[in-house]
Amino acid sequence: MELTGLFFYLVSILIAGGIYALLCLALNIQWGMGGLFNAGIAGFFAVGAYTSAILTTEMSTKHLGGFGMPVVVGLIGAGVLAGLMGWAVARICVRLKSDYLAMASIGIAEIMRLVIVNESWATNGSLGLAGIPRPFGEFVSGRSADLVFLAYVWAVVLIVYLVAMRLYDSPWGRSLRAIRDNEVSADAAGKNIEKFRVQTFVIGCAFMGVAGGLSAHYFRFLSPSATDPLLVTFLTWVMLMAGGSGNNRGAIVGGLGIWTLWSVTEIFVNRLPPEWVTRSSYIRMLLVGLLLQFVLQKFRAGIIPEKSPPIRFRE
Amino acid sequence: MIDFINFYLFPGLAIGSVYALGAVGISMIFGILRFAHFAHGDLMTVGTYGVLAAAGIIAINPLLLVPFGMALAIVVALLVDKVFYQPLRTLPTIYTVISSFGVALIFRSLVQMFWGSQNQVFNSGGVRPPLVLFDTFRISVLHVQAVLATACIAVALHFFLSRTRTGRSMRAVSDDPELAEVSGLDTEKVVRWTWIIGAALAAIAGLFVAMDTSAHPNLGWNLLMPMFAAAILGGIGKPMGAMAGGYIIGLAEELSSYHWIGNEALISPSYKTAVAFVVMIALLIVRPQGLFKGRLL
Amino acid sequence: MSPLLSIRGLTAGYGGPPIIEDVSFDVAANEIAVILGPNGAGKSTVLKTIFALTKVLSGAIDFEGTDIASRKTSALVTLGMSAVPQSRNVFRNLTVDENLDVGTYAAPPADKAATREKILELFPDLRAKLKQPAGELSGGQRQMVAIGRAMMCEPKLILLDEPTAGLSPAYLERIFDLLLDIRKTGVTILMVEQNARQALQIADHGHVLVNGGNFASGTGKELLADEDVRRSFLGGTPE
Repeated sequence: MELTGLFFYLVSILIAGGIYALLCLALNIQWGMGGLFNAGIAGFFAVGAYTSAILTTEMSTKHLGGFGMPVVVGLIGAGVLAGLMGWAVARICVRLKSDYLAMASIGIAEIMRLVIVNESWATNGSLGLAGIPRPFGEFVSGRSADLVFLAYVWAVVLIVYLVAMRLYDSPWGRSLRAIRDNEVSADAAGKNIEKFRVQTFVIGCAFMGVAGGLSAHYFRFLSPSATDPLLVTFLTWVMLMAGGSGNNRGAIVGGLGIWTLWSVTEIFVNRLPPEWVTRSSYIRMLLVGLLLQFVLQKFRAGIIPEKSPPIRFRE
Repeated sequence: MIDFINFYLFPGLAIGSVYALGAVGISMIFGILRFAHFAHGDLMTVGTYGVLAAAGIIAINPLLLVPFGMALAIVVALLVDKVFYQPLRTLPTIYTVISSFGVALIFRSLVQMFWGSQNQVFNSGGVRPPLVLFDTFRISVLHVQAVLATACIAVALHFFLSRTRTGRSMRAVSDDPELAEVSGLDTEKVVRWTWIIGAALAAIAGLFVAMDTSAHPNLGWNLLMPMFAAAILGGIGKPMGAMAGGYIIGLAEELSSYHWIGNEALISPSYKTAVAFVVMIALLIVRPQGLFKGRLL
Repeated sequence: MSPLLSIRGLTAGYGGPPIIEDVSFDVAANEIAVILGPNGAGKSTVLKTIFALTKVLSGAIDFEGTDIASRKTSALVTLGMSAVPQSRNVFRNLTVDENLDVGTYAAPPADKAATREKILELFPDLRAKLKQPAGELSGGQRQMVAIGRAMMCEPKLILLDEPTAGLSPAYLERIFDLLLDIRKTGVTILMVEQNARQALQIADHGHVLVNGGNFASGTGKELLADEDVRRSFLGGTPE
């Protein structure tokens, strides 16, 4: 096979890794810059996935739409809807201690899951949505389509990275970090804390929606199980923490790195004695859980720690 | 009307008892350690499986085996606090929240590793007939036991918190940790007792749910949202408020699917979980300190 | 006779630059000593450092001849010290009686009921409020609960951080009268005060702190008469 097989295995890791890198960048805007705890990443991811899928699939009797629109429109729609949902949550919780935002975001993710499973007129319930197009799907097919999609995903990652860098380095980003590091003094300086925090949360959620959209286009099929709330939310947190919260490059490295680790461990645990293979996914979960504890205690700065950008003076 | 009482009111009270027992722990941990404990639901699961393991060896009514589940939950909670939460105590509490989120996952994967992910039914000696009162009210014996047990626990807990030295110290630390330190109170002992009580009650609550339906690894996680809602409803740091909150959420969930208007359920039963969330959000907007004037953290 | 509390070259802070530097003074047994100074002089930090709530960077704190600079707060309570912080000085959701009771946990007195009775005689106002949550009381009554709580462990030394902050002039006098009563029971008091003139009138010794260091020390009368001190901190001319 074996080289082509290995090559496309690598491609699949890079695609999924890119989608996770996107989630990490989004979470980094919320947590790394704004200090906001989002425990419902999967919810925003799912909203984005379903929005983009419904917007881009062909007309169907099984679910809402489809509207047959281009993938770009689908992704923008995904961002807008996820952002709106984030706005609603943030408006209510942002003024309270971050624990409340965590509870509310996990609640909204849970409700999104219920809606997706129960409202089959829109989502086709647990049967899921099929025939979701890939970008440029009319030009390429087969395995080379994966390569095109790989480029597409990383182009989006690059765009979001540039946006995040701009945000980070802007006066807006600096105020945000001031708020995160020292709420009192930023308040005294007259910054409008609540408004800034809501904005951070909304931007982060919108990018999570885009990531969800991309995953729907990647798999071409979408069912409620594809957005397993725990796995998506949890992996993203571990990735950002390990990569370096507050650092956009760290977010990408963490996303890609942990995803690679996660995928490669799958190969290893599959070689365990048969009575353990069925339990392999639990062992991996356990290890990720322990990894998070390790990072939190001993490695909080991450692989690429946060560096405050130098303050530039206008000439 | 009879249907309403048999199929909505009593089940509401029963699930309310479960939420009450879970929310007390969450509220006390939030009040004393100052973080939202995301692993509390899964701590319940651990306790439940502790009873399940004991039931596999000793063939008596699982309710009598609850001390095994309580012991397992307590040991696990104290261990997790020591190994995972305590090292983070000097940092902003949000790090402990993140950690507890990870601990939830660790608990669940351990349960799945040891016991598998399938549903497991407690073998309690066949189906027991419901209690029949006045020929009309048919109540599950288990539901009655849950409500009675919760009532006894509430009384005992109230006595413990208001009369004993440890209980008063716990309330003092919850009230003002800095002043508690100035007063020379043993904060670590208070923290230990918080985990002991929280974990023990979580195990009891988990057992009732598992015996009513079945035990599965997601048992506790699915109850987390309504328990958070109940704790906020009751006011953080108000254990009795959290208990009342548990019953309010339990009743709200069950009664929301009653056909109040016409023949249709007011809210589809599949959205039961959402009821707790909506109550919580509404409360955070209108009265974030809870119904009973708890602290706003 | 050696002093009850002796502070020598004390430097302390919260991790950044030290807040107080090279502070030295003594407190004799059974006296009222007051620490004075402008805002930000580090007065409260001195109390917090004595009570192990701030990190000692260098210097010595001797209590009854033992060095206590590295002891924990709870150990200090056992040795016979207690403290009343400035704001948030009562457990608001606990009743007055429970607040007093909590005061005994770290170092139980020989006869709890007798101690409680003694304190209620000092603060008769509290007797009618025993079952009320302390958070419902007025500022002055809370201060009494706080001092009462600190006295329940029968301490030799009480540290008070601005006991009259935010109180009306009438209450201020009552609290100062109470402090004199407390001293009569054999307790030593070290306090920080903003109302310098009144405080010096009841104090045996005063210690003026400026910019985190010693500025002047003396008896209450001496400081009240001191030209420098008067000009800088007391304002105006003596009555």
